[in-house]
Amino acid sequence: MRNRTKMLILLGLAVASILLYVFYGLNGNFHYAFPRRLIKVFAMSLTGIAIAYSTVVFQTITHNRILTPSVMGLDALYMMVQTFIFYFFGSMSIFVINAKYNFLLAVSAMVIFALIFYRVLFKEGKRPIYFLLLVGMIVGTFLGSVTTFFQVLIDPNEFLSLQSKMFASFNNVNSDLVWLAAVVIIITFIYGWRHMNQLDVMSLGRDTAINLGVPYDKLVQRMLILSSVLIAVSTALVGPITFFGLIVANLSYQYFKTYKHSVIIIGSCVMSIVALVGGQWMVERIFNFDTTLSVIINFVGGVYFIYLLLKESRSAG
Amino acid sequence: MIQVKELSKYFGKKPVIQDVSVDVVPGKITSFIGPNGAGKSTLLSMVSRLLNADTGEVLLDKSDVRRWKSDDFAKRVSILKQSNYMNVRLTIRELVSFGRFPYSKGNLKPEDELKVDEAIQYMNLEEIQHNYLDELSGGQRQRAFIAMVIAQDTDYILLDEPLNNLDMKHSVQIMKILRKLVDELGKTVVIVLHDINFASVYSDHIVALKNGRVVKDGPTNDIINPDALKEIYDMDIPVQEQNGCRICVYFNS
Repeated sequence: MRNRTKMLILLGLAVASILLYVFYGLNGNFHYAFPRRLIKVFAMSLTGIAIAYSTVVFQTITHNRILTPSVMGLDALYMMVQTFIFYFFGSMSIFVINAKYNFLLAVSAMVIFALIFYRVLFKEGKRPIYFLLLVGMIVGTFLGSVTTFFQVLIDPNEFLSLQSKMFASFNNVNSDLVWLAAVVIIITFIYGWRHMNQLDVMSLGRDTAINLGVPYDKLVQRMLILSSVLIAVSTALVGPITFFGLIVANLSYQYFKTYKHSVIIIGSCVMSIVALVGGQWMVERIFNFDTTLSVIINFVGGVYFIYLLLKESRSAG
Repeated sequence: MIQVKELSKYFGKKPVIQDVSVDVVPGKITSFIGPNGAGKSTLLSMVSRLLNADTGEVLLDKSDVRRWKSDDFAKRVSILKQSNYMNVRLTIRELVSFGRFPYSKGNLKPEDELKVDEAIQYMNLEEIQHNYLDELSGGQRQRAFIAMVIAQDTDYILLDEPLNNLDMKHSVQIMKILRKLVDELGKTVVIVLHDINFASVYSDHIVALKNGRVVKDGPTNDIINPDALKEIYDMDIPVQEQNGCRICVYFNS
Protein backbone atom coordinates (compact mmCIF):
# COMPACT_ATOMS: atom_id res chain seq x y z
CA MET A 1 0.00 0.00 0.00
CA ARG A 2 2.82 2.38 0.77
CA ASN A 3 4.11 1.97 -2.75
CA ARG A 4 0.76 3.14 -4.04
CA THR A 5 1.11 6.38 -2.06
CA LYS A 6 4.62 6.83 -3.39
CA MET A 7 3.38 6.30 -6.93
CA LEU A 8 0.59 8.84 -6.42
CA ILE A 9 3.11 11.41 -5.17
CA LEU A 10 5.23 10.82 -8.28
CA LEU A 11 2.23 11.08 -10.57
CA GLY A 12 1.26 14.32 -8.83
CA LEU A 13 4.75 15.70 -9.45
CA ALA A 14 4.57 14.68 -13.10
CA VAL A 15 1.21 16.36 -13.61
CA ALA A 16 2.45 19.45 -11.79
CA SER A 17 5.57 19.74 -13.94
CA ILE A 18 3.55 19.24 -17.12
CA LEU A 19 1.03 21.90 -16.10
CA LEU A 20 3.84 24.24 -15.11
CA TYR A 21 5.58 23.73 -18.42
CA VAL A 22 2.47 24.13 -20.54
CA PHE A 23 0.81 27.05 -18.77
CA TYR A 24 3.60 29.09 -17.15
CA GLY A 25 3.96 32.46 -18.88
CA LEU A 26 1.42 31.62 -21.54
CA ASN A 27 -0.06 35.14 -21.47
CA GLY A 28 -1.56 36.12 -24.78
CA ASN A 29 0.24 33.65 -27.00
CA PHE A 30 -2.21 30.85 -26.49
CA HIS A 31 -2.82 29.91 -30.11
CA TYR A 32 0.84 30.01 -30.99
CA ALA A 33 2.53 28.58 -27.92
CA PHE A 34 -0.01 26.14 -26.51
CA PRO A 35 0.03 23.47 -29.28
CA ARG A 36 3.82 23.74 -29.59
CA ARG A 37 4.31 23.24 -25.89
CA LEU A 38 1.94 20.29 -25.90
CA ILE A 39 3.93 18.58 -28.64
CA LYS A 40 7.16 19.19 -26.75
CA VAL A 41 5.72 17.76 -23.54
CA PHE A 42 4.48 14.77 -25.49
CA ALA A 43 7.91 14.22 -27.07
CA MET A 44 9.65 14.50 -23.70
CA SER A 45 7.26 12.05 -22.08
CA LEU A 46 7.73 9.55 -24.90
CA THR A 47 11.50 9.80 -24.75
CA GLY A 48 11.47 9.52 -20.99
CA ILE A 49 9.29 6.42 -21.07
CA ALA A 50 11.30 4.75 -23.80
CA ILE A 51 14.63 5.32 -22.09
CA ALA A 52 13.47 4.42 -18.60
CA TYR A 53 11.78 1.25 -19.78
CA SER A 54 14.66 0.05 -21.94
CA THR A 55 17.21 0.77 -19.20
CA VAL A 56 15.37 -1.19 -16.51
CA VAL A 57 14.90 -4.13 -18.90
CA PHE A 58 18.54 -3.98 -19.97
CA GLN A 59 19.76 -3.91 -16.37
CA THR A 60 17.66 -6.94 -15.52
CA ILE A 61 18.94 -9.08 -18.38
CA THR A 62 22.54 -8.10 -17.69
CA HIS A 63 22.11 -8.43 -13.89
CA ASN A 64 23.89 -5.13 -13.51
CA ARG A 65 22.53 -1.86 -12.18
CA ILE A 66 25.22 0.46 -13.48
CA LEU A 67 24.87 -0.36 -17.16
CA THR A 68 22.73 1.39 -19.72
CA PRO A 69 21.81 0.18 -23.20
CA SER A 70 24.28 2.73 -24.58
CA VAL A 71 27.09 0.22 -24.00
CA MET A 72 25.67 -1.68 -26.96
CA GLY A 73 26.91 1.14 -29.16
CA LEU A 74 23.57 2.29 -30.53
CA ASP A 75 24.14 6.00 -29.84
CA ALA A 76 27.57 5.70 -31.41
CA LEU A 77 25.91 4.26 -34.49
CA TYR A 78 23.38 7.08 -34.50
CA MET A 79 26.19 9.66 -34.47
CA MET A 80 27.93 7.82 -37.27
CA VAL A 81 24.79 7.76 -39.40
CA GLN A 82 24.30 11.50 -38.89
CA THR A 83 27.94 12.26 -39.60
CA PHE A 84 27.89 10.20 -42.78
CA ILE A 85 24.76 11.98 -43.95
CA PHE A 86 26.45 15.35 -43.46
CA TYR A 87 29.72 14.18 -44.95
CA PHE A 88 28.38 12.49 -48.05
CA PHE A 89 25.18 14.41 -48.76
CA GLY A 90 25.77 17.75 -47.03
CA SER A 91 23.56 19.77 -44.72
CA MET A 92 21.26 20.76 -47.57
CA SER A 93 20.41 17.20 -48.54
CA ILE A 94 16.94 15.77 -48.22
CA PHE A 95 18.10 13.51 -45.40
CA VAL A 96 18.82 16.53 -43.25
CA ILE A 97 16.07 18.89 -44.30
CA ASN A 98 13.28 16.34 -44.22
CA ALA A 99 13.13 15.25 -40.61
CA LYS A 100 11.03 12.21 -41.48
CA TYR A 101 13.65 10.75 -43.83
CA ASN A 102 16.34 11.43 -41.29
CA PHE A 103 14.31 9.73 -38.58
CA LEU A 104 13.47 6.67 -40.63
CA LEU A 105 17.04 6.30 -41.84
CA ALA A 106 18.46 6.54 -38.33
CA VAL A 107 15.89 4.19 -36.79
CA SER A 108 16.26 1.55 -39.48
CA ALA A 109 20.05 1.72 -39.34
CA MET A 110 20.02 1.19 -35.58
CA VAL A 111 17.42 -1.56 -35.57
CA ILE A 112 19.06 -3.45 -38.45
CA PHE A 113 22.45 -3.11 -36.77
CA ALA A 114 21.06 -4.46 -33.51
CA LEU A 115 19.33 -7.39 -35.22
CA ILE A 116 22.41 -8.40 -37.19
CA PHE A 117 24.55 -7.97 -34.11
CA TYR A 118 22.39 -10.23 -31.95
CA ARG A 119 21.86 -12.74 -34.75
CA VAL A 120 25.59 -13.17 -35.30
CA LEU A 121 26.45 -13.36 -31.63
CA PHE A 122 23.63 -15.64 -30.56
CA LYS A 123 24.06 -17.96 -33.55
CA GLU A 124 27.40 -19.06 -32.16
CA GLY A 125 25.49 -20.92 -29.50
CA LYS A 126 25.75 -20.27 -25.84
CA ARG A 127 27.79 -17.25 -24.97
CA PRO A 128 27.61 -15.34 -21.73
CA ILE A 129 25.83 -12.03 -22.00
CA TYR A 130 29.00 -10.22 -20.93
CA PHE A 131 30.65 -11.36 -24.14
CA LEU A 132 27.88 -9.59 -26.01
CA LEU A 133 28.38 -6.44 -23.94
CA LEU A 134 32.11 -6.49 -24.50
CA VAL A 135 31.70 -6.80 -28.25
CA GLY A 136 29.09 -4.06 -28.14
CA MET A 137 31.47 -1.75 -26.29
CA ILE A 138 34.30 -2.40 -28.72
CA VAL A 139 32.08 -1.91 -31.75
CA GLY A 140 30.70 1.27 -30.15
CA THR A 141 34.19 2.64 -29.58
CA PHE A 142 35.16 1.74 -33.12
CA LEU A 143 32.12 3.50 -34.57
CA GLY A 144 32.89 6.48 -32.34
CA SER A 145 36.42 6.71 -33.70
CA VAL A 146 35.25 6.46 -37.29
CA THR A 147 32.73 9.18 -36.56
CA THR A 148 35.37 11.47 -35.10
CA PHE A 149 37.59 10.84 -38.10
CA PHE A 150 34.88 11.96 -40.52
CA GLN A 151 33.94 14.92 -38.34
CA VAL A 152 37.51 16.17 -38.60
CA LEU A 153 37.32 16.00 -42.38
CA ILE A 154 33.97 17.73 -42.61
CA ASP A 155 33.56 21.36 -43.67
CA PRO A 156 33.44 23.58 -40.51
CA ASN A 157 30.09 25.09 -41.49
CA GLU A 158 28.58 21.68 -42.01
CA PHE A 159 30.03 20.58 -38.71
CA LEU A 160 28.21 23.40 -36.93
CA SER A 161 24.89 22.13 -38.20
CA LEU A 162 25.90 18.55 -37.41
CA GLN A 163 26.56 19.65 -33.86
CA SER A 164 22.86 20.23 -33.31
CA LYS A 165 22.39 16.49 -33.78
CA MET A 166 25.04 15.60 -31.24
CA PHE A 167 23.13 16.65 -28.17
CA ALA A 168 19.62 15.73 -27.25
CA SER A 169 17.31 18.63 -27.77
CA PHE A 170 13.58 19.08 -27.48
CA ASN A 171 13.54 22.50 -29.06
CA ASN A 172 12.77 21.46 -32.61
CA VAL A 173 10.77 18.32 -32.30
CA ASN A 174 8.83 17.49 -35.43
CA SER A 175 5.20 16.78 -34.56
CA ASP A 176 4.73 14.09 -37.26
CA LEU A 177 7.70 12.20 -35.87
CA VAL A 178 6.29 12.34 -32.37
CA TRP A 179 3.19 10.47 -33.51
CA LEU A 180 5.26 7.93 -35.39
CA ALA A 181 7.46 7.35 -32.36
CA ALA A 182 4.41 7.15 -30.12
CA VAL A 183 2.97 4.30 -32.18
CA VAL A 184 6.21 2.32 -32.03
CA ILE A 185 6.66 2.88 -28.30
CA ILE A 186 3.07 1.96 -27.49
CA ILE A 187 3.37 -1.27 -29.50
CA THR A 188 6.58 -2.27 -27.72
CA PHE A 189 5.00 -1.43 -24.40
CA ILE A 190 1.99 -3.64 -25.08
CA TYR A 191 4.28 -6.43 -26.19
CA GLY A 192 6.55 -6.00 -23.19
CA TRP A 193 3.73 -5.84 -20.69
CA ARG A 194 3.02 -9.55 -21.13
CA HIS A 195 6.60 -10.31 -20.11
CA MET A 196 6.63 -8.00 -17.10
CA ASN A 197 6.23 -10.78 -14.51
CA GLN A 198 8.78 -12.94 -16.29
CA LEU A 199 11.31 -10.15 -15.80
CA ASP A 200 10.82 -10.50 -12.04
CA VAL A 201 11.78 -14.15 -12.31
CA MET A 202 14.73 -13.35 -14.55
CA SER A 203 16.27 -11.24 -11.82
CA LEU A 204 16.56 -14.41 -9.71
CA GLY A 205 19.24 -15.64 -12.10
CA ARG A 206 19.25 -18.00 -15.07
CA ASP A 207 19.03 -21.31 -13.21
CA THR A 208 16.15 -20.32 -10.97
CA ALA A 209 14.33 -18.66 -13.86
CA ILE A 210 14.54 -21.78 -16.02
CA ASN A 211 13.49 -23.89 -13.07
CA LEU A 212 10.38 -21.75 -12.78
CA GLY A 213 9.49 -22.28 -16.40
CA VAL A 214 10.76 -19.05 -17.93
CA PRO A 215 12.43 -19.62 -21.32
CA TYR A 216 15.40 -17.57 -20.20
CA ASP A 217 17.68 -17.50 -23.25
CA LYS A 218 14.84 -16.77 -25.65
CA LEU A 219 13.54 -14.03 -23.39
CA VAL A 220 16.97 -12.39 -23.13
CA GLN A 221 17.10 -12.06 -26.91
CA ARG A 222 13.58 -10.68 -27.15
CA MET A 223 14.17 -8.17 -24.39
CA LEU A 224 17.45 -7.03 -25.96
CA ILE A 225 15.65 -6.37 -29.22
CA LEU A 226 12.84 -4.60 -27.40
CA SER A 227 15.23 -2.33 -25.58
CA SER A 228 17.18 -1.62 -28.79
CA VAL A 229 14.01 -0.60 -30.62
CA LEU A 230 13.09 1.78 -27.79
CA ILE A 231 16.56 3.29 -27.73
CA ALA A 232 16.62 3.63 -31.51
CA VAL A 233 13.29 5.45 -31.60
CA SER A 234 14.05 7.81 -28.75
CA THR A 235 17.56 8.59 -29.97
CA ALA A 236 16.34 9.32 -33.50
CA LEU A 237 13.60 11.51 -32.07
CA VAL A 238 15.66 13.83 -29.87
CA GLY A 239 19.30 12.72 -29.97
CA PRO A 240 21.55 10.66 -27.71
CA ILE A 241 20.33 10.86 -24.13
CA THR A 242 20.64 7.26 -22.94
CA PHE A 243 22.75 8.08 -19.91
CA PHE A 244 19.64 9.52 -18.38
CA GLY A 245 18.11 6.05 -17.99
CA LEU A 246 20.73 5.10 -15.43
CA ILE A 247 19.55 7.81 -13.06
CA VAL A 248 15.84 7.13 -13.23
CA ALA A 249 16.19 3.34 -13.10
CA ASN A 250 18.33 3.46 -9.97
CA LEU A 251 16.25 6.17 -8.33
CA SER A 252 13.20 4.04 -8.95
CA TYR A 253 14.83 1.00 -7.34
CA GLN A 254 15.83 3.08 -4.32
CA TYR A 255 12.48 4.80 -4.03
CA PHE A 256 10.20 1.78 -4.34
CA LYS A 257 12.37 -0.94 -2.77
CA THR A 258 10.59 -3.77 -4.55
CA TYR A 259 11.52 -6.48 -7.02
CA LYS A 260 8.35 -6.07 -9.08
CA HIS A 261 9.20 -4.76 -12.53
CA SER A 262 5.72 -3.45 -13.13
CA VAL A 263 6.20 -0.99 -10.24
CA ILE A 264 9.86 -0.21 -11.00
CA ILE A 265 9.25 0.41 -14.69
CA ILE A 266 6.17 2.58 -14.29
CA GLY A 267 7.92 4.46 -11.48
CA SER A 268 11.01 5.13 -13.52
CA CYS A 269 8.88 6.22 -16.51
CA VAL A 270 7.01 8.75 -14.38
CA MET A 271 10.29 9.91 -12.82
CA SER A 272 11.78 10.55 -16.22
CA ILE A 273 8.75 12.58 -17.24
CA VAL A 274 9.20 14.71 -14.12
CA ALA A 275 12.93 15.09 -14.77
CA LEU A 276 12.66 15.88 -18.48
CA VAL A 277 9.65 18.20 -18.37
CA GLY A 278 10.74 19.86 -15.14
CA GLY A 279 14.32 20.11 -16.39
CA GLN A 280 13.26 21.60 -19.70
CA TRP A 281 11.14 24.15 -17.87
CA MET A 282 14.18 25.17 -15.87
CA VAL A 283 16.29 25.39 -19.02
CA GLU A 284 13.75 27.61 -20.70
CA ARG A 285 12.52 29.81 -17.86
CA ILE A 286 15.41 29.92 -15.41
CA PHE A 287 18.49 29.56 -17.60
CA ASN A 288 16.83 31.31 -20.55
CA PHE A 289 18.13 28.72 -23.01
CA ASP A 290 21.71 29.43 -21.92
CA THR A 291 22.24 25.71 -21.62
CA THR A 292 20.62 22.55 -22.95
CA LEU A 293 18.77 19.89 -21.06
CA SER A 294 21.21 17.16 -22.03
CA VAL A 295 24.09 19.13 -20.53
CA ILE A 296 22.24 19.33 -17.24
CA ILE A 297 21.25 15.69 -17.42
CA ASN A 298 24.78 14.57 -18.20
CA PHE A 299 26.08 16.67 -15.31
CA VAL A 300 23.55 15.38 -12.77
CA GLY A 301 23.84 11.88 -14.22
CA GLY A 302 27.60 11.91 -13.98
CA VAL A 303 27.56 12.98 -10.35
CA TYR A 304 24.99 10.32 -9.56
CA PHE A 305 27.02 7.70 -11.44
CA ILE A 306 30.09 8.45 -9.32
CA TYR A 307 27.94 8.19 -6.19
CA LEU A 308 26.70 4.77 -7.36
CA LEU A 309 30.22 3.55 -8.05
CA LEU A 310 31.40 4.66 -4.62
CA LYS A 311 28.42 3.02 -2.96
CA GLU A 312 28.92 -0.25 -4.86
CA SER A 313 32.60 -0.40 -4.02
CA ARG A 314 31.85 0.26 -0.36
CA SER A 315 29.28 -2.53 -0.18
CA ALA A 316 31.64 -4.89 -2.03
CA GLY A 317 34.59 -4.08 0.16
CA MET B 1 9.38 -41.30 -15.18
CA ILE B 2 12.71 -39.68 -16.12
CA GLN B 3 14.96 -41.65 -18.44
CA VAL B 4 18.41 -40.59 -19.53
CA LYS B 5 19.48 -42.17 -22.81
CA GLU B 6 23.04 -42.26 -24.12
CA LEU B 7 23.70 -38.71 -23.05
CA SER B 8 27.01 -37.03 -23.89
CA LYS B 9 28.31 -33.57 -23.27
CA TYR B 10 31.60 -31.96 -24.29
CA PHE B 11 33.12 -28.77 -22.94
CA GLY B 12 35.24 -27.85 -25.93
CA LYS B 13 36.87 -31.14 -26.87
CA LYS B 14 36.85 -32.52 -23.36
CA PRO B 15 34.11 -35.04 -22.68
CA VAL B 16 32.33 -34.36 -19.39
CA ILE B 17 29.56 -36.88 -19.80
CA GLN B 18 29.90 -39.86 -22.11
CA ASP B 19 27.14 -42.24 -23.09
CA VAL B 20 25.29 -42.04 -19.82
CA SER B 21 22.02 -43.95 -19.52
CA VAL B 22 20.12 -43.86 -16.24
CA ASP B 23 16.51 -44.44 -15.21
CA VAL B 24 15.28 -42.45 -12.24
CA VAL B 25 13.16 -44.67 -10.04
CA PRO B 26 9.93 -42.86 -9.11
CA GLY B 27 9.06 -42.42 -5.46
CA LYS B 28 12.63 -42.90 -4.24
CA ILE B 29 15.69 -40.85 -3.35
CA THR B 30 18.40 -41.35 -5.92
CA SER B 31 21.88 -40.02 -5.16
CA PHE B 32 24.52 -39.19 -7.72
CA ILE B 33 27.93 -39.77 -6.19
CA GLY B 34 31.47 -39.86 -7.48
CA PRO B 35 34.80 -38.03 -7.33
CA ASN B 36 35.20 -34.36 -8.23
CA GLY B 37 34.86 -33.73 -11.94
CA ALA B 38 32.94 -36.93 -12.54
CA GLY B 39 30.16 -34.95 -14.20
CA LYS B 40 27.46 -35.30 -11.55
CA SER B 41 26.32 -31.68 -11.62
CA THR B 42 26.55 -31.55 -15.42
CA LEU B 43 24.30 -34.59 -15.66
CA LEU B 44 21.80 -33.04 -13.28
CA SER B 45 21.84 -29.79 -15.24
CA MET B 46 21.05 -31.64 -18.44
CA VAL B 47 18.24 -33.62 -16.84
CA SER B 48 16.71 -30.34 -15.70
CA ARG B 49 17.32 -28.65 -19.11
CA LEU B 50 19.60 -25.97 -17.65
CA LEU B 51 22.16 -27.31 -20.09
CA ASN B 52 21.66 -28.82 -23.52
CA ALA B 53 23.13 -32.22 -24.23
CA ASP B 54 25.38 -32.66 -27.27
CA THR B 55 24.04 -36.11 -28.10
CA GLY B 56 21.47 -38.38 -26.53
CA GLU B 57 18.25 -37.40 -24.86
CA VAL B 58 16.48 -37.00 -21.56
CA LEU B 59 12.90 -38.22 -21.50
CA LEU B 60 10.20 -37.15 -19.08
CA ASP B 61 7.19 -39.40 -19.54
CA LYS B 62 8.65 -40.70 -22.78
CA SER B 63 8.91 -37.24 -24.32
CA ASP B 64 12.15 -35.29 -24.81
CA VAL B 65 12.64 -32.54 -22.22
CA ARG B 66 13.49 -30.09 -24.95
CA ARG B 67 10.06 -30.62 -26.47
CA TRP B 68 8.21 -29.88 -23.24
CA LYS B 69 6.66 -26.43 -22.89
CA SER B 70 8.79 -24.68 -20.30
CA ASP B 71 6.02 -23.95 -17.84
CA ASP B 72 4.51 -27.43 -18.13
CA PHE B 73 7.93 -28.89 -17.43
CA ALA B 74 8.30 -26.55 -14.45
CA LYS B 75 5.14 -28.07 -12.98
CA ARG B 76 6.68 -31.55 -13.12
CA VAL B 77 10.39 -31.12 -12.40
CA SER B 78 12.18 -28.61 -10.20
CA ILE B 79 15.91 -28.03 -9.81
CA LEU B 80 17.91 -26.33 -7.11
CA LYS B 81 21.52 -25.49 -7.91
CA GLN B 82 24.27 -25.04 -5.37
CA SER B 83 24.81 -21.32 -5.76
CA ASN B 84 21.86 -19.03 -5.97
CA TYR B 85 23.19 -15.58 -6.64
CA MET B 86 20.46 -12.99 -6.90
CA ASN B 87 20.33 -9.42 -7.99
CA VAL B 88 17.31 -8.53 -5.90
CA ARG B 89 16.54 -8.32 -2.23
CA LEU B 90 13.71 -10.67 -1.28
CA THR B 91 12.05 -11.90 1.87
CA ILE B 92 11.64 -15.62 2.42
CA ARG B 93 7.94 -15.39 1.68
CA GLU B 94 8.53 -13.52 -1.57
CA LEU B 95 11.05 -16.15 -2.66
CA VAL B 96 8.73 -19.02 -1.80
CA SER B 97 5.91 -17.28 -3.68
CA PHE B 98 8.07 -17.39 -6.79
CA GLY B 99 7.72 -21.17 -6.56
CA ARG B 100 4.12 -20.71 -7.71
CA PHE B 101 5.18 -18.86 -10.86
CA PRO B 102 4.62 -21.78 -13.26
CA TYR B 103 0.98 -21.85 -12.14
CA SER B 104 0.13 -18.27 -11.34
CA LYS B 105 2.38 -16.39 -13.78
CA GLY B 106 3.08 -13.90 -11.02
CA ASN B 107 -0.48 -13.13 -9.90
CA LEU B 108 -1.03 -15.26 -6.82
CA LYS B 109 -4.48 -16.71 -6.32
CA PRO B 110 -5.77 -17.82 -2.87
CA GLU B 111 -4.85 -21.46 -3.56
CA ASP B 112 -1.31 -20.35 -4.43
CA GLU B 113 -1.05 -18.47 -1.13
CA LEU B 114 -2.19 -21.65 0.58
CA LYS B 115 0.58 -23.66 -1.07
CA VAL B 116 3.09 -21.01 -0.06
CA ASP B 117 1.87 -21.19 3.54
CA GLU B 118 2.18 -24.96 3.50
CA ALA B 119 5.69 -24.89 2.08
CA ILE B 120 6.83 -22.33 4.66
CA GLN B 121 5.29 -24.41 7.42
CA TYR B 122 6.87 -27.58 6.09
CA MET B 123 10.32 -26.01 6.30
CA ASN B 124 9.66 -24.42 9.72
CA LEU B 125 10.15 -20.90 8.44
CA GLU B 126 6.94 -19.26 9.71
CA GLU B 127 8.67 -17.11 12.32
CA ILE B 128 11.20 -15.66 9.92
CA GLN B 129 9.12 -15.63 6.74
CA HIS B 130 9.29 -11.84 6.46
CA ASN B 131 13.05 -11.64 6.97
CA TYR B 132 15.27 -10.80 4.02
CA LEU B 133 17.36 -13.59 2.53
CA ASP B 134 20.63 -11.70 2.96
CA GLU B 135 20.02 -11.58 6.72
CA LEU B 136 19.80 -15.37 7.03
CA SER B 137 22.35 -18.02 7.91
CA GLY B 138 23.41 -20.55 5.31
CA GLY B 139 21.11 -23.21 6.67
CA GLN B 140 18.07 -20.94 6.77
CA ARG B 141 18.79 -19.75 3.25
CA GLN B 142 18.99 -23.29 1.97
CA ARG B 143 15.72 -24.11 3.70
CA ALA B 144 14.09 -21.08 2.11
CA PHE B 145 15.14 -22.26 -1.35
CA ILE B 146 13.89 -25.76 -0.66
CA ALA B 147 10.59 -24.23 0.49
CA MET B 148 10.36 -22.51 -2.90
CA VAL B 149 10.82 -25.85 -4.62
CA ILE B 150 8.18 -27.43 -2.37
CA ALA B 151 5.75 -24.64 -3.26
CA GLN B 152 6.48 -25.42 -6.89
CA ASP B 153 4.86 -28.78 -6.11
CA THR B 154 6.59 -30.96 -8.68
CA ASP B 155 6.75 -34.76 -8.81
CA TYR B 156 10.49 -34.63 -9.31
CA ILE B 157 12.84 -32.56 -7.18
CA LEU B 158 16.47 -32.34 -8.28
CA LEU B 159 19.07 -30.88 -5.93
CA ASP B 160 22.69 -30.10 -6.69
CA GLU B 161 24.75 -30.49 -3.52
CA PRO B 162 22.21 -29.01 -1.13
CA LEU B 163 24.46 -29.78 1.84
CA ASN B 164 27.29 -27.58 0.64
CA ASN B 165 28.59 -25.32 3.43
CA LEU B 166 26.12 -26.65 5.96
CA ASP B 167 27.08 -27.99 9.37
CA MET B 168 26.12 -31.48 10.59
CA LYS B 169 22.92 -30.40 12.26
CA HIS B 170 21.58 -28.54 9.25
CA SER B 171 22.69 -31.24 6.84
CA VAL B 172 20.79 -33.87 8.79
CA GLN B 173 17.80 -31.55 9.00
CA ILE B 174 17.73 -31.10 5.21
CA MET B 175 18.18 -34.80 4.50
CA LYS B 176 15.36 -35.69 6.89
CA ILE B 177 13.08 -33.25 5.12
CA LEU B 178 13.94 -34.78 1.75
CA ARG B 179 13.23 -38.23 3.18
CA LYS B 180 9.87 -36.93 4.42
CA LEU B 181 9.06 -35.47 1.00
CA VAL B 182 9.53 -38.90 -0.52
CA ASP B 183 7.84 -40.94 2.19
CA GLU B 184 4.91 -38.64 2.98
CA LEU B 185 4.23 -36.74 -0.22
CA GLY B 186 5.36 -39.35 -2.71
CA LYS B 187 7.92 -37.11 -4.43
CA THR B 188 10.90 -38.36 -6.34
CA VAL B 189 14.18 -36.80 -5.25
CA VAL B 190 17.42 -36.84 -7.21
CA ILE B 191 20.36 -35.38 -5.36
CA VAL B 192 24.05 -34.82 -5.99
CA LEU B 193 25.98 -35.63 -2.83
CA HIS B 194 29.60 -35.38 -1.83
CA ASP B 195 29.38 -37.05 1.53
CA ILE B 196 29.07 -40.74 0.81
CA ASN B 197 27.64 -41.45 4.27
CA PHE B 198 24.66 -39.18 3.69
CA ALA B 199 24.10 -41.03 0.45
CA SER B 200 24.36 -44.35 2.24
CA VAL B 201 22.03 -43.48 5.09
CA TYR B 202 19.31 -41.56 3.29
CA SER B 203 19.07 -42.73 -0.31
CA ASP B 204 17.28 -45.71 -1.80
CA HIS B 205 19.22 -45.80 -4.98
CA ILE B 206 22.72 -44.70 -5.94
CA VAL B 207 24.22 -43.83 -9.30
CA ALA B 208 28.01 -43.58 -9.20
CA LEU B 209 29.82 -41.60 -11.87
CA LYS B 210 33.49 -41.47 -12.72
CA ASN B 211 35.16 -39.62 -15.59
CA GLY B 212 31.81 -38.90 -17.18
CA ARG B 213 30.58 -42.49 -17.20
CA VAL B 214 28.27 -44.46 -14.95
CA VAL B 215 30.35 -47.03 -13.09
CA LYS B 216 27.70 -48.31 -10.69
CA ASP B 217 23.94 -48.03 -10.65
CA GLY B 218 21.76 -49.87 -8.18
CA PRO B 219 20.10 -50.03 -4.77
CA THR B 220 22.12 -48.42 -2.00
CA ASN B 221 23.22 -51.69 -0.41
CA ASP B 222 24.76 -52.90 -3.67
CA ILE B 223 26.94 -49.82 -3.90
CA ILE B 224 27.98 -49.25 -0.30
CA ASN B 225 30.47 -52.07 0.01
CA PRO B 226 34.27 -52.01 -0.16
CA ASP B 227 34.51 -53.58 -3.63
CA ALA B 228 32.18 -51.18 -5.36
CA LEU B 229 33.64 -48.18 -3.53
CA LYS B 230 37.12 -49.22 -4.59
CA GLU B 231 35.98 -49.11 -8.19
CA ILE B 232 34.39 -45.66 -7.79
CA TYR B 233 36.94 -43.84 -5.66
CA ASP B 234 40.14 -45.89 -6.05
CA MET B 235 40.32 -46.12 -2.28
CA ASP B 236 40.06 -49.01 0.13
CA ILE B 237 37.12 -47.95 2.21
CA PRO B 238 36.01 -50.19 5.09
CA VAL B 239 32.26 -50.22 5.64
CA GLN B 240 30.86 -50.65 9.12
CA GLU B 241 27.32 -51.37 10.15
CA GLN B 242 25.93 -49.05 12.84
CA ASN B 243 22.27 -49.21 13.96
CA GLY B 244 21.31 -50.64 10.60
CA CYS B 245 23.18 -47.92 8.68
CA ARG B 246 26.25 -48.62 6.60
CA ILE B 247 28.96 -46.11 7.38
CA CYS B 248 32.05 -45.72 5.24
CA VAL B 249 35.14 -45.01 7.31
CA TYR B 250 37.25 -43.34 4.65
CA PHE B 251 39.14 -40.85 6.81
CA ASN B 252 42.36 -42.84 7.20
CA SER B 253 42.20 -45.24 4.30
